[in-house]
Amino acid sequence: MEVRLHGMWASPYVIRVIWALKLKGVKYEYIEEDLSNKSMAVLEYNPIHKKVPVLVHNGKPIVESAVILQYIEETWPDRTPLLPEDPYERAMARFWIDFGQQKSLTFFAFFLTSEEDKHKTAAQVLETLKILEEEALGDKKFFGGNTINMVDLFFGWLTYSFGCMENISGVQVLLPETLPRLHRWTLDFKQEPVIKENLPDSTALLEHFKRVTKHLKSSNKFKPA
Amino acid sequence: MGGVKVLGLNSSFPCVRVLWALKLKGVNYEIVEENLLNKSPLLLQMNPIHKKVPVLIHKDKPIVESLLILEYIDEVWKTTYPLMPEDPYDCSMARFWAKFVDEKVVVTAFEAMKSEGEGKEVAIVAAKETLELLEKQIEGKKFFGGDEIGYLDLVVGWICLWLPAIEQVGGMKLLDSSTFPLLYQWTQCFVHIPAIHECLPPREKAVDYFQTGLNYLRSLDASKK
Repeated sequence: MEVRLHGMWASPYVIRVIWALKLKGVKYEYIEEDLSNKSMAVLEYNPIHKKVPVLVHNGKPIVESAVILQYIEETWPDRTPLLPEDPYERAMARFWIDFGQQKSLTFFAFFLTSEEDKHKTAAQVLETLKILEEEALGDKKFFGGNTINMVDLFFGWLTYSFGCMENISGVQVLLPETLPRLHRWTLDFKQEPVIKENLPDSTALLEHFKRVTKHLKSSNKFKPA
Repeated sequence: MGGVKVLGLNSSFPCVRVLWALKLKGVNYEIVEENLLNKSPLLLQMNPIHKKVPVLIHKDKPIVESLLILEYIDEVWKTTYPLMPEDPYDCSMARFWAKFVDEKVVVTAFEAMKSEGEGKEVAIVAAKETLELLEKQIEGKKFFGGDEIGYLDLVVGWICLWLPAIEQVGGMKLLDSSTFPLLYQWTQCFVHIPAIHECLPPREKAVDYFQTGLNYLRSLDASKK
């Protein structure tokens, strides 16, 4: 039973898969990819999107982090369940993950915001996070209730990457004053042992974000509309 | 209470995916017809975040997003007609391709429909590239689900009637039987399955649906200029 994960240390898509594997106690081999010079393995395993993470289990590749999370849950169902048992609750968990994916452009716009647009893009992110706080989290400790589940893992990037976005754009959005329950969740989430032990180094991450922002802005690849 | 309702309209293929699933499972349901240009209070209450159809209402609780509804239906009525593959790896492949269909195949087809002039040729090429990938996926199989139709067949099913409607409205040909013989053959087998056939709208309704949509989009663009 061989499990390999091709990833990149700063990628939130990869980190959520690492968390899932660790929570399930699955042993795996990790291969760090250079995204500017991807290995033949990544290009062969993910020919359509050519991205990480790629999970390879018994020689078969699974790609797209949300798909991988579900695969992990279904392959190792008896350890640390990551989805509720009730079909309606499962559908709701999958809904919030889908919501997070649908809102990725909103976060991206904030990440790469220009000086003139920073308050506008920040307001759009705040609106999205308010929905998440009100409707998905509510008064629960975690999105999963008393224990973390797949939705917590999916939004876990808010507890480390998002701070870098706020730092670079110069606007703070996720604060106790603006999003009290979500802010409290970020602190509780990062205290969970598996999460705490598997967070990227914050200094290195900020430097990485600054480099990526500079590169993307100068290449005009993602010019905000 | 306890009955199954579908908020939607049978000219909308995401809605018909849900009807197909319910029919295959032998579940009785009621369709509550929606007017997308004048959404009902019930729809806005049941799907406040996305405000879209389809919405499945089961035991008075709403489930939204067609792909999530299909999985919900499969999990609730699990003893009849399984939709998702049994094997977790095959499940992950089905989910990956379902996402690809909605994010790439559908989107590029719409782009080609909407585009005009030089941009249209480019958009048509992009749409055909996505169909090529789908063609490779059906190779060696009667249906995407194997010998019987499954989740992915229901997701791809829009190409049997809605894609020709999109082609008509867009004045172009995307899925021709000589370029995509396997996919074409699949549409012929799929459309003759009784549960599938029974839920198909008249072709003119689908044409009307897209033409109305296109006119609306063009009127929005015109008012911005």
